[in-house]
Amino acid sequence: MKKPFSPKNIFTIFKRELAGYFESPVAYVFIVIFLLLQGFFTFNIGQFFQTDQANLLVFFQWHPWIFLFLIPAIGMRLWAEEFRTGTIELLLTLPVTIFDTVLGKFFAAWLFLGIALFLTFPMIITVMYLGNPDTGVIICTYTGSFLMAGAFLSICSMTSSLTKSQVISFVISIVICLFFILAGYPPITDSLSGWAPFWITDIISNFSFLTHFDAFKSGVLDLRDFIYYISVIFFMLYINSVIISNRKS
Amino acid sequence: MIKVTNLTKKFGQIKAVNNISFSVNIGEILGFLGPNGAGKSTTMRIITGFIPQTSGNVCVGGYDVSKHSLKTRENIGYLAGNAPVYPDMTVTGFLKFCAEIRGFSGAALKKKVSETIEKCFLTKVQLQTVETLSKGYKQRVSFAQSIIHDPKYLILDEPTDGLDPNQKYEIRTMIRQMSKTKAIILSSHILEEVDIVCSRAIIITQGSIIADETPKQLRKRSKFYGAVSAIFNTPVKNDIISDLKKHKIIKNIDIKNDNRNLTVFPKTSETAILDTVLTILNNHKTKPVSVFVDKGRLDEVFRTLTVPPDNLLQNVNLSSFLH
Repeated sequence: MKKPFSPKNIFTIFKRELAGYFESPVAYVFIVIFLLLQGFFTFNIGQFFQTDQANLLVFFQWHPWIFLFLIPAIGMRLWAEEFRTGTIELLLTLPVTIFDTVLGKFFAAWLFLGIALFLTFPMIITVMYLGNPDTGVIICTYTGSFLMAGAFLSICSMTSSLTKSQVISFVISIVICLFFILAGYPPITDSLSGWAPFWITDIISNFSFLTHFDAFKSGVLDLRDFIYYISVIFFMLYINSVIISNRKS
Repeated sequence: MIKVTNLTKKFGQIKAVNNISFSVNIGEILGFLGPNGAGKSTTMRIITGFIPQTSGNVCVGGYDVSKHSLKTRENIGYLAGNAPVYPDMTVTGFLKFCAEIRGFSGAALKKKVSETIEKCFLTKVQLQTVETLSKGYKQRVSFAQSIIHDPKYLILDEPTDGLDPNQKYEIRTMIRQMSKTKAIILSSHILEEVDIVCSRAIIITQGSIIADETPKQLRKRSKFYGAVSAIFNTPVKNDIISDLKKHKIIKNIDIKNDNRNLTVFPKTSETAILDTVLTILNNHKTKPVSVFVDKGRLDEVFRTLTVPPDNLLQNVNLSSFLH
C-alpha cells in the first residue's frame, strides 16, 4: 500500500475478473433475477401504473432493498473463493500489490453491477412514452443508485476477505449492509427521534445509504453525497486490503 | 543468488521454521526434503514474499524480500503446493493473464504464451477451461505459469506431484535444462527425484535443517553404501561366509533365502569391497548369478535422519508385539 497504484495491473486484474463473470452463468443468472425483481417490485408491489405519475420514484425506492440481497451474492465470492481454492497464493506472489488487486476486483464487479443497472433502461423508455418525466432527476438517481451499489459492494468485498466460506461472507454482508440501510430507514429514525437528541439521530441517519440516496432521488447532485459514498468505498476497500495482508501471514 | 539467513517463522507458539540458513547460486538446483509439516512450504512461501517471516533475512538477487517485495517477485517464478489455477479460465486465457501481469504485451505476449504452451506440452488442451483438466495437466499449467517470464529464480513446491512417470521425466528434464541460467529450489517427497535432478539437497525436519549436502554425500550416509549384494543359484557354503566375515575390510554380512542371497557390508563407506568379495568367491570356485554394488539408499538415510530415535524403537516394539 506504500507503493503507488499501478493502473496497468489494476486494469489487467479488472479485465480478468470481468471476463470471469461472463464466462460463467453467474452474470446471466444475476442479471435476469435482478431485472425480474426490479419489475416485480416496481409493478406489483410498488403499483407503478396506479400511481399515475411519469417518474421513476417507485422504481428507485426498491433499489436499496434489492441491492441488500443481490450485491452480497456478487461480492461473496470476490475473496472467499480465492482463499478456498488457494489461488490467493498465486495472485499475491505475482508482482502486484494487494491494494491493486482489491481495486481491480472491485471495479470489475462494480462495472458489472453498472451493466445490470443499465439494462433497466426499458423503464426509462416506458416513462418517456407515458409522460414527460424530468430526465435530469432520472440521470441523477441512476448516478446515486450506481454509487450506492458501489458502497454495498465494497462492504461485501471486505467481508468476503474475512472467510473461506461464501455462505458466511453472504450472511455477514447482509447484516452489515442492513445496518447501513436501517440507520436511515424512517420507522427506525422516527423511533429514535422520540427519545434521543436530534444531533444523535442526525449522525446516525447520516451514516445511512438511504439518507444519501434520498438526496439523489430528489434530483440534487450534492458533492457531500458523492464524497460520502466514495469515502465509504475507499474505507471499506482499505480495510479489505488490511484484512488480506493480515490473513495471509 | 537466493540467500536465507537465520530465518524463523512462528505461527502462534509453534515454530514452523527455526533459524535456518542456506543459499542457492545460479546454476544450482536445490532439493528440499522433509516429512509433511517440516516447514518446506512455509520457507518457500517466505522466499516468494507470500507470507512475512518472524525474524531473519531473505535476499533474492541482492534484494531483501520483505523490503523490496515487488522487485523480487518480478524475478521469481513460483509453483505453489497445490498448483492453484483459476478453474473457470482457459489455459491460454490464464497464461495470457499471467504474462500480462508480468509486463508482456502485444506480439511479445502472444509469442511467450504460445512458446510456453508448447514447452509444457499443453497444446492439446490450450482452449479447455482449467476445471476440465486432469491433475497432471493442472500441474503443468501451474508450472507453465511459473516459467512464462523466464525468471532467474524458480521456486517449485512439489513440481511433479500428480504426474505420470512420462510427464515426471519430461518436467525433470526441463528443470535440468533450465538450471544453467537459474537458481532453482524444489521440494519433493520423491527421493529419487532429488537424486536425479538436484545438485544439492537439504533435509529439513521440525523447522530445522539437519543435512545440507549433495545427493551423493547423503547416500554415503546410508549403511548400504558400497555394500555388495550377490545372488546365487544354490546355497553358499558356510566356510565361504566365514572367510568373508574374517576379512578385515568387511564389517558384516546379511544372509537371506537359505544362503542364496548375501549382502556384504564394508567397514567404512570409503572402502571398495567388490574385488575382495569376488576374489574370495573365486577362491572357493563359486559363481554368483548376479552381483551389484549398492549406491546407498536415500529413503533409509531420510528415515534415520527425520524419524526421532524414540519412534524408531516404538516401531520395533510394536511389530514384535504384533508377531
